[in-house]
Amino acid sequence: MKVTLRIWRQKGPEDKGGMVEYQLDDISPDASFLEMLDVLNEQLIQKGEEPVAFDHDCREGICGMCSLVINGTPHGPERNTTTCQLHMRKFKDGEVIDVEPWRAKAFPVVKDLVVDRSAFDRIIAAGGYITAPTGTAPEAHSVPVPKPDADKAFEAAECIGCGACVAACPNGSASLFLGAKITHLGLLPQGQPERWDRVVNMLEAHDAEGFGGCTNTGECTVACPKGIPLDVIGRLNHDYLKATAGGKKK
Amino acid sequence: MAIAIPAIYRTTVGKKAVMAVTGAVLVLYLIAHMIGNLKIFFGAEDFNHYAHWLRTIGEPAVPHRTVLTLIEVVLAASVVLHMWSAVSLARRASAARPVKYQAKRKSHAQGYATHTMRYGGVIILLFVIWHLLDLTFLVVNPKDSGATPYERMVADFAPERWYITLWYVLAVIMVGLHLRHGIWSAFQTLGLRTSRGDGPLRALATAVAAVVTVGFLAVPLSITFGWVS
Repeated sequence: MKVTLRIWRQKGPEDKGGMVEYQLDDISPDASFLEMLDVLNEQLIQKGEEPVAFDHDCREGICGMCSLVINGTPHGPERNTTTCQLHMRKFKDGEVIDVEPWRAKAFPVVKDLVVDRSAFDRIIAAGGYITAPTGTAPEAHSVPVPKPDADKAFEAAECIGCGACVAACPNGSASLFLGAKITHLGLLPQGQPERWDRVVNMLEAHDAEGFGGCTNTGECTVACPKGIPLDVIGRLNHDYLKATAGGKKK
Repeated sequence: MAIAIPAIYRTTVGKKAVMAVTGAVLVLYLIAHMIGNLKIFFGAEDFNHYAHWLRTIGEPAVPHRTVLTLIEVVLAASVVLHMWSAVSLARRASAARPVKYQAKRKSHAQGYATHTMRYGGVIILLFVIWHLLDLTFLVVNPKDSGATPYERMVADFAPERWYITLWYVLAVIMVGLHLRHGIWSAFQTLGLRTSRGDGPLRALATAVAAVVTVGFLAVPLSITFGWVS
């Protein structure tokens, strides 16, 4: 199939950048979106041009490295699917496809389609952990977890930290990511000792990174390749208000 | 300014909670206000008596107009805090994405109402200013303080002043849209929404928004169309 790509090219963090058009003539409909970009890059290298930089790693939809806003939608048109698991058959022959990086102040562009997502790491460092002795991890089954809590915690733990929620949010908020971590750890017995400190510290870290606030538009959960539900943001709000106004945080 | 604001209200969640709580106050007031308006269908005497009663609530235990003044103070404070949260979060949102997307951003979630919140809020603010100048301070009302509240209403929405009615209709529809998203959103913001309760909550938000819209539209439209005179 034939496609016309309009890709954001930016030489480095300081470069202004802009959309550049490329034609690809013989792309298999069974190619993944990233394989299609691989083909483009091979052609660019053969012509002696700079290949398009983009993030990827496992290409199995589980690592959270791939990104790309495709035709205005993070991870492209297919729901609950990362860019690496998106196939060209989802596009029309001859379609013009816009490819852009995640856009957020907290995710500065490194080069082309690659953004720096270490803001997420700093949010995690602010409280996205539990205290456990290393080396002598207890038998997991020795701590009983009610089945509904385990299921909800697991649902939240599916978050791969890709940042699509931020890219989709009209406010540039990372509330879905943050809510997923708060829900994942806050529902399990192992996460209880730090529960109230965690929510306050992680929210403050989130705000300090320059992410926007949640206005409950629901765009994030639709864009999320793992389908993390809005419930996690409700839980984030609940725990934060209980920790502060409710006086739970000591 | 920031020094005076406790830490909780400096966070995005704290600001949104302020918006939710003040919004709840305003929704409850709107429902009461709408019920009061509907007294116009019981005739001039009932309506004027109701308007007078509003100023005498609590007498003789408290002086004339005490309760009404308290309500006004709470409402003014709620409006100011609601707007402060909104402006603060909107400014933060625009700073959070300094470089916009080239492709047209597609919305995949929720409904139309969600996208009206910010500009709709501005329209509602302008309307509230007009509305106060109209029926509270009587600056833009055809009648003066010598007329009864009923006479002022009938004169305001007279058929030849159809453009005033139209302005009220547009503003009330904006309020309805604002409530449709706002009521649902307030529950989510305060952490009171559950996935199981989501359907009923959306239905509640739609029902309250619809009732408030229809209730507020009934009075000016009935006067303009001559059903109440």
